[in-house]
Amino acid sequence: MKLFTMMRTVSRNLVGGPATLMYPKRERVFTKITRGQVQNNIDTCISCGMCSRRCPTYAIVVSKKPKEWQIDRLKCCVCNLCVEICPKKSLSMENHYFPPVTDKTMGIYKLRSTAPELPDLPSGREVKNEST
Amino acid sequence: MHKNIIPFGPQHPVLPEPIHFDLVTEDEKIIDAIPSISYVHRGLERLVEKRDYIDFVHIADRICGLCSFMHSMGYCQAVEQVMAVEVPERALYLRTIWAELSRIHSHIFWLGVAADAFGFESLFMQCLRLRESVLDIFEETTGARVILAVCKVGGVRRDIDAETLKGIVNRMTAMRSMMEEISNVFISDYSIQHRLSGVGVLSREDAYTLGCVGPMARASGLHLDMRTLGYAAYKYLDVEPVVESAGDCYARCLVRIRENYHSIDLIRQAVEKIPEGPVEVKVKGAPNGEYFSRVEQPRGEVIHYVKGNGSRFLQRFRVRVPTFSNIPAMIKMLKGSELADVPNIILTLDPCISCTER
Repeated sequence: MKLFTMMRTVSRNLVGGPATLMYPKRERVFTKITRGQVQNNIDTCISCGMCSRRCPTYAIVVSKKPKEWQIDRLKCCVCNLCVEICPKKSLSMENHYFPPVTDKTMGIYKLRSTAPELPDLPSGREVKNEST
Repeated sequence: MHKNIIPFGPQHPVLPEPIHFDLVTEDEKIIDAIPSISYVHRGLERLVEKRDYIDFVHIADRICGLCSFMHSMGYCQAVEQVMAVEVPERALYLRTIWAELSRIHSHIFWLGVAADAFGFESLFMQCLRLRESVLDIFEETTGARVILAVCKVGGVRRDIDAETLKGIVNRMTAMRSMMEEISNVFISDYSIQHRLSGVGVLSREDAYTLGCVGPMARASGLHLDMRTLGYAAYKYLDVEPVVESAGDCYARCLVRIRENYHSIDLIRQAVEKIPEGPVEVKVKGAPNGEYFSRVEQPRGEVIHYVKGNGSRFLQRFRVRVPTFSNIPAMIKMLKGSELADVPNIILTLDPCISCTER
């Protein structure tokens, strides 16, 4: 049975300085694979909607006309499932967290394609028939 | 003598989560304790009928923060057994490594909170500082600190390369020496022994008849460790249940300290033996059947019951968590104890109310 068993640790901590990060001065370094927030490259996106169907929290809404991709960042549970399933790899996971917001609607993030809208195409199968 | 009823909780400085006790006291002695739970019931089990069985892993992940990985592992094991999926060996090893890391960080966290409960603030801070290095490993290997979301039906989502695995072992070895310093305080400090020795004694017979699990049972001398069943990769490793015989708060503290070292050893063994290969298999179809999966969590044995009817939505999911089966023993220990010892007795159970009220 001893007294002052913590002394060594305490005195080392006193000399060694704080273990915490002086936050606003020094930014936190995220790892490469930190799951922060989902980002979409709307130019390569084909609006297939697989991400919105896979999403466990129903946070993603995809529309083809007009070509839009929308995510509710406050609903998103950052599980990485949509990034894994994206056939064109246009979804990616950024390693920075979404900053706090004061209103629920501020979590909604919408992307709209700037490319000119394509004319109405017949469905895929008919296109194939025409080319053969 | 006149009896008093003293309410304890749901808000109390030593309780991180809400649980309420009506302590019937005579002078300073507790003669009865009436628990009431379900302050934060979330109804996660019923959600299984509304979510795809693959998506449900993410809900199982969120049953608890500290043992998040073990819940998803238990659920995945149950579904894999129902669907007769053969999980690749490398995935089993990776699951074991993450599970043992979870155990280490949960135990260190508990040691810190226990230190806080008996008023040793600097020890609490030091424990949380130690725990941070485990969370860093989680972030580097899975992308998240608490909710790992790395387990899936049929394997794991991410692989860890050989170099990182070696790095984990090195960091764990470095942590071991830090942990020895902290453990030394817990084991030999006068004030801690004074506070914990002989408090809340639970005999071996009581622990058995009241259905204790985990460190509670092991501190009372029961050889009860689900890892010896050999789920995941434990069948390839030398698992030795850490058992103490005294059955008091101090013994429960010792069990958790020694389990930390054992977990570090298990991680080292797993990294040495891990085979090359794929980390997941493709899962087709839907579960049809039922299974009980038993997993050793930091707090004890957890049971995941899964029942499917051939559709993608499971019919029934049930979790029996360790805290729930330890509550009768807690009542038994509270009876006859001093009022001042109540926080310590409750904390040595390592109560996880969010698990209990999934």
